[in-house]
Amino acid sequence: MQRGFQVFREVCAGCHGARLMAFRNLGESGGPEFSEAQVKALAAEYEVADAEVESGVRPGVAADRWLGTGQSNADMIATFGILPPDFSAVAKGRNTSQPFPWWILNYVTPYAEGGPDYIHALLTGYHEEVPEGAVDSEGKPFELPEGKYYNDYFPGHAIGMAPPLSDGVVTYGESEGGVVVPETVDQYSRDVAAFLMWVAEPHLVARKEAGLQIIVFLILFAGLMYAVKRRLWAKIEH
Amino acid sequence: MASHESSYTPGNPVEKWLDDRLPIIRFSKEHLMDYPTPKNLNYWWTFGGILAVMLVVQIVTGIVLAMHYAPNVALAFDSLEHIRRDVSGGRIIQAVHAVGASMFFAAVYLHIFRGLYFGSYKAPREILWILGVLIFVLMMATAFMGYVLPWGQMSYWAAQVITNIFAAIPIVGEPILLLLRGGFTVDNATLNRFFSLHYLLPFVIAAVVALHIWALHVPGNNNPIGVEVKSSRDTVPFHPYYTMKDLFAIIVFFIPFAWFVFFAPDILGHSDNYIQANSLVTPAHIVPEWYFLPFYAILRAIDFNILFIDSKLGGVIFFGGSILILFFLPWLDTSKVRSGTFRPIFKWFFWLFVVNFVMLAYLGASAADSSVLGLSVADFSKLCTAYYFLYFLVILPLLGRLETPRSLPESISEAVLKKSAGGSSAAAAH
Amino acid sequence: MATQSSTAHQDAPNPGRRDFLYVAAGAVGAVGVAGAVWPLINQLNPDASVLALASAEFDLSAVEEGQSLTVKWRGMPVFIRHRTATEIEEAKAVPLSDLKDPQTDAQRVKEGHEQWLIMIATCTHLGCIPVGESGEFGGWFCPCHGSQFDTAGRIRKGPAPTNLVLPPYEFISDTQVKIG
Repeated sequence: MQRGFQVFREVCAGCHGARLMAFRNLGESGGPEFSEAQVKALAAEYEVADAEVESGVRPGVAADRWLGTGQSNADMIATFGILPPDFSAVAKGRNTSQPFPWWILNYVTPYAEGGPDYIHALLTGYHEEVPEGAVDSEGKPFELPEGKYYNDYFPGHAIGMAPPLSDGVVTYGESEGGVVVPETVDQYSRDVAAFLMWVAEPHLVARKEAGLQIIVFLILFAGLMYAVKRRLWAKIEH
Repeated sequence: MASHESSYTPGNPVEKWLDDRLPIIRFSKEHLMDYPTPKNLNYWWTFGGILAVMLVVQIVTGIVLAMHYAPNVALAFDSLEHIRRDVSGGRIIQAVHAVGASMFFAAVYLHIFRGLYFGSYKAPREILWILGVLIFVLMMATAFMGYVLPWGQMSYWAAQVITNIFAAIPIVGEPILLLLRGGFTVDNATLNRFFSLHYLLPFVIAAVVALHIWALHVPGNNNPIGVEVKSSRDTVPFHPYYTMKDLFAIIVFFIPFAWFVFFAPDILGHSDNYIQANSLVTPAHIVPEWYFLPFYAILRAIDFNILFIDSKLGGVIFFGGSILILFFLPWLDTSKVRSGTFRPIFKWFFWLFVVNFVMLAYLGASAADSSVLGLSVADFSKLCTAYYFLYFLVILPLLGRLETPRSLPESISEAVLKKSAGGSSAAAAH
Repeated sequence: MATQSSTAHQDAPNPGRRDFLYVAAGAVGAVGVAGAVWPLINQLNPDASVLALASAEFDLSAVEEGQSLTVKWRGMPVFIRHRTATEIEEAKAVPLSDLKDPQTDAQRVKEGHEQWLIMIATCTHLGCIPVGESGEFGGWFCPCHGSQFDTAGRIRKGPAPTNLVLPPYEFISDTQVKIG
């Protein structure tokens, strides 16, 4: 998860914001779990606009939210033609579609990974050239518009974002236990997808743990109520 | 109720004093405890209690959410995320409310189909039925407006599309549209009024529910055999027999409810609603929430002009008609026999109606240009819409005259005795 | 249920178990209700974004002797006064018997950082914000109802019942203070 944050910070955050994430979140359990001091140091690297301070800016503190991209929205629209989407909830705002009837399984398995799956697929789904045999929605040979990139998983295939990752673009620090983490596009996108899922749904793990307890409680209670009901009705012909 | 005398005697002078002025204890005892209930009700009858609990759950969680929500286009989306991220237990409370809407509709559909099968809409329960349909309509309005509040992409476009339905009305359509939206498109004014009404309507529903229960307690419950209660041997007091049975059913109902809330709170919704509303980009695939899908399929099925009525107005007429027709159901079904159990041919049409309804939902969720089971979605929808209306307008009126029902038991107690004497496995009628 | 009548007979002569069953179900139900009600009450508490601001750090290096800084902490103004040696002397010289709410100067500041006086800037009378370096005692003067505080923020004259309140704080370093 810390690796995912690193990829996000060094690659994505130049264009995509995450305005709903606060620095303090980065230290919470279930997330990248940075130490309190690390969070403080990280926040302090940023300057936060604050009208109550004379100079108008102050170093960030843990309570501040993630700042934008450092570029104004107007600049970004001028550069990219559109505003790159905010990533606060992006992992929940994307999904993969599954053919009938397998999506029914999602209702019984707590599958909530459609978003990260999509992000991983998207980041690894770039082609340098339009693949042979690719067709557009009307079945004609696919023509890539000027300034777009071909991606297997982007709806419509023509994506405005250049491939953001390449092997070795982010240098992972020494990891715990001396395990060498490969610095590949696949690994980067896996890490950043996991990180973005957490950004979108910070309390996922705690929620599922609580859910298990509550469902066990409800089953127990239902069993008791069934016994109560049977005993009551035992005297009645019905 | 007619044969029922109050068994309440005030236990002490204070109760006596109160009883002479406001007989609330007497009233509660009569209606919540002693109320004579047919003793052969099956588990399909527990959905009434489940729905009452769901209404309370929705109102309580809704009031809590309103304490943290900001009904403003600039703030609404972020305030929802603030609830999920920062408010203590906010993720759960928000999920209970959102999933709760789905569970509420699941229960109301089962409740309605139970009424359809066992003929609970027939005399003397027409008013009871009509009030029920009214609750259903109010629920749809409430759910729709609630869905707009998170101000995600689906919220915005649902509001845009559904309010546009009113524009189909000739002459007054456009002014009504402006009136509803408070602007030329869905915007801050719309969001604000939807928030206000979304807060108001549940209390209106609660009032109609009170009337619904009143109208239930005058003729008393229908029951699986559809033969009216004849003597006190046919009934048991509501408490403890049905309070405990309903409570058991409610707890069981909470298990899948909790499953969705804790493990997959978003699966019943659409991921597009986690993208903030954008009036310049329509999501690729707009679909309403699942509980509106059958009616949405009917709306979409009319893609042709009927005489001077264009397809848009035609769709709206059929959409509205599919709900309005329910109000007239008590007079459309001509059968003298209430319960479907004793109507051999009706059963087939009923279950076909259920399958047809589910099929409409599936079609509503399918992309308009795709095909299902070899038929295009457009044609399939027309077929299913046709059956929906045929069921009410042709099959039920004719079947009552043509069908020979099986012989009915004398009374509830006789039917019960016969069943236990025969040792039959009464899977449903437990 | 084919076995219905037979179970009825088995159950009948066992009233003790029945009572236990009802009590157990009631108890579990009570736990369930409590568990459902608690989150609904708990959500009224300050949320995580508010709690994150419960403690804050301030840099004092820019505050020269004789200057004060007003900072915002938990939505309230807080005075941070860099006292001069004279002010400290004045405060120390006041006999406790002259005070309405007796506190020594040492109790008003942190040891080793006597020059820093950190107080919540709301008058203990009715909550107005006092004006600094004014009044008869060289401390604070509340314009609303005329309460006067000395150079240690102690009430000396006027309707306020107690000294200006000190927030919980600690020095992280000589120039960094963490309030809350």
